[in-house]
Amino acid sequence: MADFKEISPNASAGAKLTNWFENRLPTAFDMYKVHMSEYYAPKNFNFWYIFGSLAMLVLVIQIVTGIFLVMHYKPDAALAFGSVEYIMRDVPWGWLIRYMHSTGASAFFVVVYLHMFRGLLYGSYRKPRELVWIFGCAIFLCLMAEAFMGYLLPWGQMSYWGAQVIVNLFAAVPFVGPDLALLIRGDYVVGDATLNRFFSFHVIAVPLVLLGLVVAHLMALHDVGSNNPDGIEIKATKDDKGIPLDGIPFHPYYTVHDIFAVCMFLMVFSAVIFFAPEFGGYFLEYNNFIPADPLKTPLHIAPVWYFTPFYSMLRAITDEMVLVLIACVVGAAALAVIKGKLPAIVKGAIVIGAAVVVAMMLSIDAKFWGVVAMGGAVVILFFLPWLDNSPVKSIRYRPSWHKYLYAVFVVIFVILAYLGTQPPSPIGERVSQVGTLFYFGFFLLMPWWSRFGEAKPVPTRVNFAAH
Amino acid sequence: MSASLVDIQPSDPSKRTWLIASSCAGAVGVGAAAVPFVSTFQPSERAKAAGAAVEVDIGAMKPGEKLTVEWRGKPVWIVRRTPEQLASLAKNTPQLADPESKRKPSELTPEYARNEARSIKPEYFVAVGICTHLGCSPSDKFQPGAQPSLPDDWQGGFLCPCHGSTFDLAGRVFKNKPAPDNLEVPPHMFLSDSKLLIGEDKKA
Repeated sequence: MADFKEISPNASAGAKLTNWFENRLPTAFDMYKVHMSEYYAPKNFNFWYIFGSLAMLVLVIQIVTGIFLVMHYKPDAALAFGSVEYIMRDVPWGWLIRYMHSTGASAFFVVVYLHMFRGLLYGSYRKPRELVWIFGCAIFLCLMAEAFMGYLLPWGQMSYWGAQVIVNLFAAVPFVGPDLALLIRGDYVVGDATLNRFFSFHVIAVPLVLLGLVVAHLMALHDVGSNNPDGIEIKATKDDKGIPLDGIPFHPYYTVHDIFAVCMFLMVFSAVIFFAPEFGGYFLEYNNFIPADPLKTPLHIAPVWYFTPFYSMLRAITDEMVLVLIACVVGAAALAVIKGKLPAIVKGAIVIGAAVVVAMMLSIDAKFWGVVAMGGAVVILFFLPWLDNSPVKSIRYRPSWHKYLYAVFVVIFVILAYLGTQPPSPIGERVSQVGTLFYFGFFLLMPWWSRFGEAKPVPTRVNFAAH
Repeated sequence: MSASLVDIQPSDPSKRTWLIASSCAGAVGVGAAAVPFVSTFQPSERAKAAGAAVEVDIGAMKPGEKLTVEWRGKPVWIVRRTPEQLASLAKNTPQLADPESKRKPSELTPEYARNEARSIKPEYFVAVGICTHLGCSPSDKFQPGAQPSLPDDWQGGFLCPCHGSTFDLAGRVFKNKPAPDNLEVPPHMFLSDSKLLIGEDKKA
C-alpha cells in the first residue's frame, strides 16, 4: 500500500483535489501511468495500427446505441418486427440510433478483419504475444455470436431463416446434435422462445464476456508491449532509465494520432448511415424488411457479408469434397510416416489416427464435415502462433514470395466472401472448394512453407522517418 | 518464503484429503446448481403441448397444385401430382442418393410411404417442407427443363435456396448435394377421399 502523501497547504485547489484522490484511490493513478502516460509504444506505427482503437470506438458505439434501442424494442415473436419499424418511424431520431447500431455491426467486422490482417502481416501473434492473439480470436468468436444473435432480433425473413440454418448446424453433430439444437431453440422450430433467449444473450451475456476479453486483450498487450511493422522488440534496446529507445508514450502521442483516425472513420461511418444504411443489401438485407414467415423460405438466403467466407466453406463440403479431404488426410499421414523423422510409436499413432478420421469421414454425413470446416476455419486462427516457423516476424523481412502468398490468401478470402453472397451454382461450388482447400492449406502447411526462403536481415532499431 | 522451508515442513495428508474432498463436494454442488439453469433451455410445457394433428380439406385441389399447412410450426406440403409427374419419378432413380428411402426409415418415411412415390395414394404427396440439410424450406421447381441452379435434364421437383440441394417430386434427394436425406414424410392418414389428417396415422 502506498504511503499517505501530505501536500503543501499553499497548493492550488486542483492539486489538493488530485492529492485527495491519489491518497484514496492510488490504483487509478497507477493504471493511468501503466496504460497511457508511461505505456511506451513503438514510434514506427503505420496506418494499420489504428484499427485496434477504432474497434474500441465501435464497441462503445454499439453499447450506447444498444442501450437506447432496448428501451423501445420488444423481444416477442408477435411484436418484434413491429417494434423495430416503430423505432424506425415513430421514435424521434430512432432511425438514426438503429442505423448506427446496424451499420456499427458491419463496421465492427471491417475494423476487426483489418486489425487481424495487420497481425498476420507483421507477425503480431508470435512469441511473446500468443495470449494477446488468443484473446483477440476469442473476441472475434464473441463478435460472431453477438452479430448472429442480434440479427435474429428484427424478426424479418432473413433473421428467421438465418437463425434456422445456423441452429440446425448444431443438429449435424453426431448423436447429441438434435437434442443440442432443441436446447438452443427451446422449441421444435425457431420461435418466440428462441427470440427471447437470443435477446438475453445479445444484450447481457455475450457483451459481458466480450468486455472481459477486451480487458484481458489489452492487459496482455500492455504487459508484453506492442509489436510494430518491423517486428522488432523495442524492449531489447533501452536507455539508462529503462525506457525503450524506439518507444513513445501512448498518451499524448498515439491518443492524438488516433483522434485523427477516429475523425476519418466517423466521416465514412456517417456517410454510410446517412446515404447508404442498407449498403446495397449487404449491411441490411432486403428480405429482412419482410416479417418472418416460418412457412416460406425466401428464394435466396445468404448471411450478412461478414459471415460469407465461412458460409462458402460450409457449402463447399459435399460428398465429393469429403472424398478429396479423405485423400488429403491419407496423403498427409503417408508423408508423415515416410518422410517424418519420428519414433515408431508416433508413426503408429499417426496411422491409427488417420484410419479413425477416414472411417469417421466415410460414416458421418458431409453436412457435419461442412460444419466442422466452418468452425475449423475460425478455430485454426487460435493456433497461428504455433504454426508460423518463419525466422522473422514481419512481412518486411520475409522472402518476397511470402508477400504474393499473402496476397493470394486475401484474394481467395474475398472470393469466398463473394461466393457466399451468391445463390449456389456448380461453378461457384468448385471455386469455393478450391478456396476452402487453399485456406486450410495456407494454415495447416504453414509450419512447412514458412521455413523456406531467404529472410532479409532484420535491423536492431525500427525504421522511422519523422514527419 | 524460501523453497527449503517448504521442503522441511511435512505436508499434512489428512488436511490435503479434506481439501480435496471439500473441493469435490463444492464442484458437485455447483454442478447440481447448474441443472435448473440449463433445464430452462428445454422446450417449455406449452411448446410441447402445441403438437396436435392438423386436418386438411384436399377436395378442391387440382392436379399439379400444392397446398402448405402448418403442423408443429413447420410447413407441411400436400402436392397433387399429375400422371406425367408421377411417370417422371422413375427417370430420376439413378441420380438419387436414396431412391428407396432406406436411410433412417423410422424417422423420415413411415412404412406406408416406403415406395417410389413415397405416399399412400400415389397422387397425393405429403412431406414436411424442411430441407434435411439445415432446415430451410425448399422452393417449388415443378417446371421441367433447364433453368438456373438446376441440371438440364430436370424433371421437376424442389430446390433448396440455401445450399442448392435438390429433391424430386417424391421428396427424394439427389446425389452429391449437401442434404443427406430425403424430405421427411410426416405421419398422416386419409380420413376420407377429401380429408387428410397430418400428424397421426392408423398406428397411433
